[in-house]
Amino acid sequence: MQSETRAHVDQLTTPAGDPVAVLRFEGDIASTSRNAVLGTYQALGKDAAKLILLDFTKVEYINSSGIALVIQLLMEAANAGQKVAAFGLSAHFTKVFTMVGIPKYASLFSAQAEALAAL
Amino acid sequence: MSEFKSTTVEVRLPSRMGYEKVAMSTAAAVAKLIGFREDRIEDLKTAVAEACINAIEHGNRLNENLSVGVVLNASAHSLEVKVTDDGKGMATQPAKPDIDRKMHGQEDPRGMGMFLIHALVDEAEWVAGADGKGSYVRLVIRLDKDTE
Repeated sequence: MQSETRAHVDQLTTPAGDPVAVLRFEGDIASTSRNAVLGTYQALGKDAAKLILLDFTKVEYINSSGIALVIQLLMEAANAGQKVAAFGLSAHFTKVFTMVGIPKYASLFSAQAEALAAL
Repeated sequence: MSEFKSTTVEVRLPSRMGYEKVAMSTAAAVAKLIGFREDRIEDLKTAVAEACINAIEHGNRLNENLSVGVVLNASAHSLEVKVTDDGKGMATQPAKPDIDRKMHGQEDPRGMGMFLIHALVDEAEWVAGADGKGSYVRLVIRLDKDTE
């Protein structure tokens, strides 16, 4: 019933030329999304870029279990010394992410260009 | 709609993750008929989703022999959503989620559903069922004519 979470990774650079790993998610993010969210992040490996962008542009539905997975990703990234930002959330989910405190650990932007420039 | 007649809509969901989306869509449709703004409808959808997920996962323990009841009572100025399950109900309300504690591994990253429900609707009430069954959560959103 839940739309499966699909994820893929793109490698971009900031305007300053620093490498960025962009994790792009599609579909729903819920309790069943562990492999798509955490698995995709963990597959970046030890040589992953120090800058991580999360793309939620094509995510239709996130529930609290999905938000918990995002928080776990942020925790692992923080432990790895990586900086994370996110973009593409709807106004509603930007509000929800803000309610639970995520902007303290990952800045939220409306579009990719804005997020890349801020990293 | 110029004149809204009070009405009740009922849905029964299987206790299977994902079916909260049926309740979300139904609540959104009724809220739209009453005249709620889109942002309030999105708030309601998330609150209903979280309430249904709690009912499915905790109340009915994912037992597909049990169903979750969703009753929507719509009036001209408000929408009440009751989500019922066969669980005992919440003994205590969980503490407000603390992102710092979660990020430092001191608190489970999960457990934000009730907090979101409280934050997104005008009224939320958890009622334990009699005889340890038939618990429900009651959510209310109100149409504020001054700001709508």
